[in-house]
Amino acid sequence: MAKIDKQFFDIGYMDTLATGDSPLHRLDPRAKLITTLVFIVAVVSFDKYALSALIPFFIYPVVQISTGGLPAGYLLKKVLLVSPFAVLIGIFNPLMDREILFYMGTISISGGWVSFLSILLRFILTVAAALVLIALTGFNAVCMALAKLGVPNPFVVQLMFLYRYLFVLTDEATRMVRAWSLRSLSSRPMGFRTFGSLAGHLLLRTLDRAQRIHLAMCCRGFDGRIRIIRSMEIGYKEAGYVVGWSALFILLRYYNIPMKLGTLVKGFF
Amino acid sequence: MSHHIIQATDLHYAYPDGTVGLNGVSFRITHGESVALVGANGAGKSTLLLHLNGYLSATHGEVRIGDHPVTAKNLKTVRRSVGMVFQDPDDQLFMPTVFDDVAFGPLNLGLPETEVEHKVIQALETVGVSHLKKRPPYKLSGGEKRAVAIATVLAMSPDILAMDEPTSSLDPMSRRRLIDLLKTFQHTNIIATHDLDMALDLCERTLVLHQGRIAADGPTLTLFQDENLLTRSHLEKPLKIQGCPLCGPKRKKTRPAPIRKPITANG
Repeated sequence: MAKIDKQFFDIGYMDTLATGDSPLHRLDPRAKLITTLVFIVAVVSFDKYALSALIPFFIYPVVQISTGGLPAGYLLKKVLLVSPFAVLIGIFNPLMDREILFYMGTISISGGWVSFLSILLRFILTVAAALVLIALTGFNAVCMALAKLGVPNPFVVQLMFLYRYLFVLTDEATRMVRAWSLRSLSSRPMGFRTFGSLAGHLLLRTLDRAQRIHLAMCCRGFDGRIRIIRSMEIGYKEAGYVVGWSALFILLRYYNIPMKLGTLVKGFF
Repeated sequence: MSHHIIQATDLHYAYPDGTVGLNGVSFRITHGESVALVGANGAGKSTLLLHLNGYLSATHGEVRIGDHPVTAKNLKTVRRSVGMVFQDPDDQLFMPTVFDDVAFGPLNLGLPETEVEHKVIQALETVGVSHLKKRPPYKLSGGEKRAVAIATVLAMSPDILAMDEPTSSLDPMSRRRLIDLLKTFQHTNIIATHDLDMALDLCERTLVLHQGRIAADGPTLTLFQDENLLTRSHLEKPLKIQGCPLCGPKRKKTRPAPIRKPITANG
């Protein structure tokens, strides 16, 4: 219970981080969004056995976290929190793909283990980049950037509403679970029937609320379009940021620097 | 200036499940009047308010705002002139920040951006929360949310303000502040409430609803002294005009409980 509460107050903490003031915070959200997208595409596009080539990409989240003054431990915890998904996706690779790729001393390493590790690395990189983006920009500013970049309005509005009412909904859910736990004197977990009725109630309340919100919107002249005043400016700084980082990502994508370094070092001996 | 007049004639409304909401309601509220709408739970107060901006349409009878009947055709004009403040401010504050939320209405009216900004700041200043403009609504306290909700409506410059339980779930100080604020408004006000003391402070006239009908319509102070009427409509005299529990004439005098001394460790 207390755990659910805490998790969600944590989401609010990302917004608090976004109110910080650093050169990275001040950049136009669009610049940060595009750079993050290029980063994610570059990382994801490697072939399935890529390992060493992925390592240099850590420079991006590391530089962002240190320049933006973000709490690294907190972000790491967030990445770990969602990591079970990645583990689930990759866990069967070592079983399916037993072809031996190379030997580490006397231990044979199969392709499955390499691709599993590769999935984990990519996961950590992409999730870290996304979290850093939100912690530096704020969820709503990211939504605005999406809108300004031409993402269809309904999609952006859905995202914004999702984020706005996530807090209200969790509040409601926590209150219901609290009421249940105070009256279910046994320490047994919630039965299926209770859960069903609780979830059903939550859904009905949500529908009711949606109706009231829609009414409130109509009362203020809603006509299907959400308009927001936000002046965003792309200047030299933003252009430099996007071009610089993107160039680095493309370079790292096509040249395996650690491998090159390795052969270079080997060449000396 | 006839925009400010609300006239309802023989309103009937039944919800889709058959529950009767209104059962023949007629009244006329003129320019600049402040009217309290009181009654038991389920008496039809909220249902009536929802008729004023055309969200619900009566099965029989009509509402006129100013010179126009409320119909599907002129909903836009009606909603512009009737500002609704909802009971739960969370329903009303749906945008990412306070500023965006207050700007939502004026932007929908198609005003130019500079004017919108001006209106937003003005509305926020009127309710005294301009320092909150960059905050997300979910981080505000109940009183702040309520103030912002009122600002969102003020920014549309409505002629009529319809409020549903504006003082519910506010602490006494925030409630007092809100009442003082509402006193300064020049709009035609219609306030649905259980807070009879507020009604006494703000509204010279009161409509008492009972089971979907108007049980009484008259000066607030007169109605609130009519004990029969109040009991019939599940109401009670406002605390203000009840006797003081210590010195009042009506209640049996009881000695005040002695103030307990705090227990300390050494007794």
